[in-house]
Amino acid sequence: MRTPKIAAIAATSAVLIALAACSGPSVGGSGGDGTAKADTSTKSNPVDTSTCTNKIQDAKAPVVTMWSWSPTAQVAVDAFNAAHHDVQICWTNAGAGADEYNKFSTAIAAGKGAPDVVMLETEVLTSFEIKNALVDLAPYDTKGELEKAFGAGTLKDISQGGDVYAVPDDGGPVALMYRKDIFDQYGLTVPKTWDEYAADAQKLKDAGGPLIGDWPADTPAFTQAMFNQKGAKTFDYRLADKTKLGLDVDNAPSVQVLQYWQDLVDKKLVSTAGQSTTDFTSALVGGQLATMIAPSWEPGHLVSAGIKPGADSPWRVAPLPQWKAGDDVQVNWGGSTYAVTSQAVSKKLAAEVAIGIFAHETPTTIGAHFPLHLEAQKASWFQGANDPFFGNQASNKEVWIPAASGYKGAVYSPFQPYYEAQLIQALGKVIPGDQTPKQALGALQKDISSYAQKQGFQVK
Amino acid sequence: MAAPTLRRRRSGTGRRRAIGWLFVAPFGVVFLVFLVGPLVYAFYLSLYSQGLATGTVFVGLGNYVQAFTDAKFLNGVLFVLVFSVVLIPIQMLVSLAAALVLDVVTTRLARFSRLMIFVPYAVPAVIGALMWGFLYSPSFGPIGDFARLFHTSAPSILDSNLLFGGLLNVVTWQWAGYYMIIIYAALQGIDPSLYEAAHIDGANAWQIALRIKIPMVGSALVLILVFALIGTLQFFSEPKMLTPMSNGHITPSFTPNIYAFNLAFSYSQFNYASAISFALGIVIFIAVYVFLFVSRRRGRIL
Repeated sequence: MRTPKIAAIAATSAVLIALAACSGPSVGGSGGDGTAKADTSTKSNPVDTSTCTNKIQDAKAPVVTMWSWSPTAQVAVDAFNAAHHDVQICWTNAGAGADEYNKFSTAIAAGKGAPDVVMLETEVLTSFEIKNALVDLAPYDTKGELEKAFGAGTLKDISQGGDVYAVPDDGGPVALMYRKDIFDQYGLTVPKTWDEYAADAQKLKDAGGPLIGDWPADTPAFTQAMFNQKGAKTFDYRLADKTKLGLDVDNAPSVQVLQYWQDLVDKKLVSTAGQSTTDFTSALVGGQLATMIAPSWEPGHLVSAGIKPGADSPWRVAPLPQWKAGDDVQVNWGGSTYAVTSQAVSKKLAAEVAIGIFAHETPTTIGAHFPLHLEAQKASWFQGANDPFFGNQASNKEVWIPAASGYKGAVYSPFQPYYEAQLIQALGKVIPGDQTPKQALGALQKDISSYAQKQGFQVK
Repeated sequence: MAAPTLRRRRSGTGRRRAIGWLFVAPFGVVFLVFLVGPLVYAFYLSLYSQGLATGTVFVGLGNYVQAFTDAKFLNGVLFVLVFSVVLIPIQMLVSLAAALVLDVVTTRLARFSRLMIFVPYAVPAVIGALMWGFLYSPSFGPIGDFARLFHTSAPSILDSNLLFGGLLNVVTWQWAGYYMIIIYAALQGIDPSLYEAAHIDGANAWQIALRIKIPMVGSALVLILVFALIGTLQFFSEPKMLTPMSNGHITPSFTPNIYAFNLAFSYSQFNYASAISFALGIVIFIAVYVFLFVSRRRGRIL
């Protein structure tokens, strides 16, 4: 019996060693020192092009793999491939948002399996930069195109100390979508401040009308945008000083924002449905909500949920209400970028794809996107567009472009997925009134602080 | 002459042994590569700690100390324990009652009912959870329609304190049919002459059910209990699927399994996730051991 046992142990350890060998820390890439050198190799891995969702048009050109859930990816990829003979894109949709991030994180940990170019939302960039998962694009931007292409707030969101980690595709300027028919019926004026918003809400309720809006627990990016508008500085973080993290979750502006909404919930002026639920969408489609604080990409989502755009559409859009009359504080919610991963075989070609894919938008590639490229924002076809979703209102010119240019940028944490998951729980306690905003954010501050310390950050 | 014979016999058994291993090999390889290997590797992972700002360091059992003092993990364990204490008796009663009734009734309707009660088990857990998510919806589920009859608004079951009951219902619906089949099979195995004897002794149907049938299927009941206990402690699919409909009420650490999943795949803490998984394994082992110990002492042996 002795020999078999030893053989079994030997076999087990062989498996163990084999498994351990393919798990080594193989994360590469250059840290944020602003001095990274360009790797100009154009050699690319042989890619099995049958796995691509699109058709490769030039079979001889090297191939760059890309993950994207953009609704217009197919059109943009085809246009890019038709115009390029030095590189071709092989595109796959690996899921939207968190689904894709989970796959990307796992590929980073495994050291292989990530695409060359990956679509990421602005708020998670830092979370991947700190893992050395993204490549600094500045050395590949030889003509200095990036700096000229975007506004100041956008540039702040995508760069760290001179390094540029992603190229934005669409942004998420935030505005107030409202139902013109409901506003007319109840004689409401479009609110310019949050006080007016609350007053309108009360008027609607007194007149027996629908609720004015919704305050969800499950949409942390929205809540964070509202915090930011009031002046919250939740995080202070720079990659150059990798282990230091400024943390102020229970700041006064955030508490005030929660108090404002909790008050509306207490008076039963707003609903509290989760915005990822079908109940919320059906309430919006069915006219049970008079407004929605929405990012520019929301109409595209609602059209696929059944709202019919057209001249008789009841929806209109107005600038985001302000805390002080006459202010112009704009925020961003979502919006996506393209980044080159540290696993890219040819960083140069991947950078060319990331920079070029949406660089020259046309009315067909734009879809329901709001482009952050200034070139597209200034194009007459974009400025003059009448949006059928908003009953042919010139929404770009009137609302979205001013909202985007007023945006000053924000700082996100290096562990945004964790922070947002905990913020959801804190909101879940504030909304039914189980905790006051101060208690909930105080507990959240403690939780995030201890998490950050366990992750090795010095919390300031 | 003696020595060579002995040697030959030895080498004969040796070859037989080798052939034995050869027969076991297909299973052995799969077992090692897909079960033992990953387990050993996960345990190895759980001995390290990786911080975003620090890199990987060896911490020994540090992750386990952290796990058993981690309020999120402990709350998850507490939830699944409370959930099993409430769920398992309900499930047992429903499935036992259904099996006893179907054992007595022998019409065509009984066969049809048996199939219908079993159907939910054949529906994949993911589909079942999604279906209930829509049934629970206050705006287009039947509960909403019912509430509108009385001009009130329906409660949002997944987005309130009713969540516990809502999940209880989904799981009972899914599993009671399966347990019923196990009990039913055990009932079919009872020798009918026992019933005849009881009849002659003057026992009525109730007494036969309570005094003969239930004690005779005791071991099947214990088996179901262990299945249910392990399954509930590993509660994952239903709450995971219902998370987007719960407006944050199903948290990322709702059950220990969901917590381990999120640690690994949302927060990239593979090391701590491995430790949480093993910690959950320890909890399940203890719970099942305690249960078997208690049930054995009461005379029922699995």
